Amino acid sequence: MKPVTSQESELDGQGVTLDVSVWRGTSEGGGYQRFEVPALENQTILDVVSWIQHYADATLTYRFACRVGMCGSCAMMVNGQPRWTCRTHVKKVLKAGAVQIGPLRNLPVIKDLAADMDPFFDKWVTAGGAHAPSATRDDPIPPVDPQDAIRVEASAGIECINCSICYAACDTVAGNPDYLGPAALQRAWTLLNDAKHDAHDQILDAVSGVGGCHNCHSMGSCTVFCPNDLDPMSAIAGLKRETAKSFFRRRK
Amino acid sequence: MKPARAHPLWLAFVLHRVSGLALALFLPLHFWVLSYALTAPEKLNQFLSFAEQPIVKIAEFGLIFLLAVHVFGGLRLMAMEWLPWSAPQKSLAAGAVGIAVLISGTFFLQVV
Amino acid sequence: MLNLRLYMLQRITALIMAPLTLGHIAVMIYAVQGGLSAEEILGRTQGSIFWFLFYGSFVLVVATHAAIGLRVIAHEMTGLTGRALTGFTWGTGLLLLAMGTQALIAVTWPAGMT
Repeated sequence: MKPVTSQESELDGQGVTLDVSVWRGTSEGGGYQRFEVPALENQTILDVVSWIQHYADATLTYRFACRVGMCGSCAMMVNGQPRWTCRTHVKKVLKAGAVQIGPLRNLPVIKDLAADMDPFFDKWVTAGGAHAPSATRDDPIPPVDPQDAIRVEASAGIECINCSICYAACDTVAGNPDYLGPAALQRAWTLLNDAKHDAHDQILDAVSGVGGCHNCHSMGSCTVFCPNDLDPMSAIAGLKRETAKSFFRRRK
Repeated sequence: MKPARAHPLWLAFVLHRVSGLALALFLPLHFWVLSYALTAPEKLNQFLSFAEQPIVKIAEFGLIFLLAVHVFGGLRLMAMEWLPWSAPQKSLAAGAVGIAVLISGTFFLQVV
Repeated sequence: MLNLRLYMLQRITALIMAPLTLGHIAVMIYAVQGGLSAEEILGRTQGSIFWFLFYGSFVLVVATHAAIGLRVIAHEMTGLTGRALTGFTWGTGLLLLAMGTQALIAVTWPAGMT
């Protein structure tokens, strides 16, 4: 007798299907299209999307690269919530045999499930996210103590994979298109606490404008939805604290 | 479909926004009634006796709840931003609502 | 729609108002015992420098705080921007300040001195 693998147990080969609604269209318009997708015992949302593109409709557009939660390119809205689809098991989100998959919220849609990430990455730069080294290659490398309190603050935010899930979850971004958003501000906070970064005052200025950290309402959806368990809300609170200090310091 | 956002700090944000908006809309009415104190005290007394109705008392209870919840919710926000108190935010937010209920409840017991 | 300056103004007015509001609530809880009358309220407040300064500073900071708060809501909910948003902020602030000052004078000015 053939051994039963997890791929073939229970749901497999029983003719059970998932009722999948997938967004088709662009920012200008479109609608949800339904697909019947074979249910498997082990299956991620990204697997479902790939199955549709391979076997049902080759024109479906979506974006992914690593499939293991490293690259941050496959985030989509799943049943209305932003998620990394390669690490989202179908069974975790299935509601009465159905699931709805759409492009990331708060971003323009290029086509189908591919959101235009330009505004998201542009804001990283606007928030002062480009590294400005404090030394040249000819200088000795300054030692960094990982236990140092400031370094601990910086380290807390460096595992960001730029997936834009926090940006899609944030209602402040939805209401205020200029707002830089949680990811870009968290990046600014890590650089502000980076001993090897040399443009601290420029960061404070970059996050103090009309779209800056002071627009954050601390609703914390960024922290709730971050797939890497980072805490952008607290990072933004840190920026508010440092800019408030600089407000008094610079007035002297 | 909009994202499900019903987590504690999002609800705290909504409560802060709704209470702030309601208080800002109430303020002009409050000022307008008080300004009668000088020009027409009898009108102010008329209004105060109108305020004896149970329905108005319940509305006053609501107003004081909104005021207290806005104050303590705001203090929680400022503590989070300026003091390194990031961990127990959910408990602090719940505490703000609790204190507001306590204060507005005290007021309600005085008027009934 | 806040920059650092408006944010600081919003937080500083909030800090000033925290004790004033708690004082205001305490007075309310005390004053409503046995019902309210215009005479009772005015007997306490008219001609009192303490209550004039208490509610005078309250009116000033609440007008500022409410105007900035409404500005944020107007921007996020209706998309108001630019000069219209600036005008809206100043308009609501000055309206609240004017109405509040009228109420302040009515309640705390010494009786018979108008």
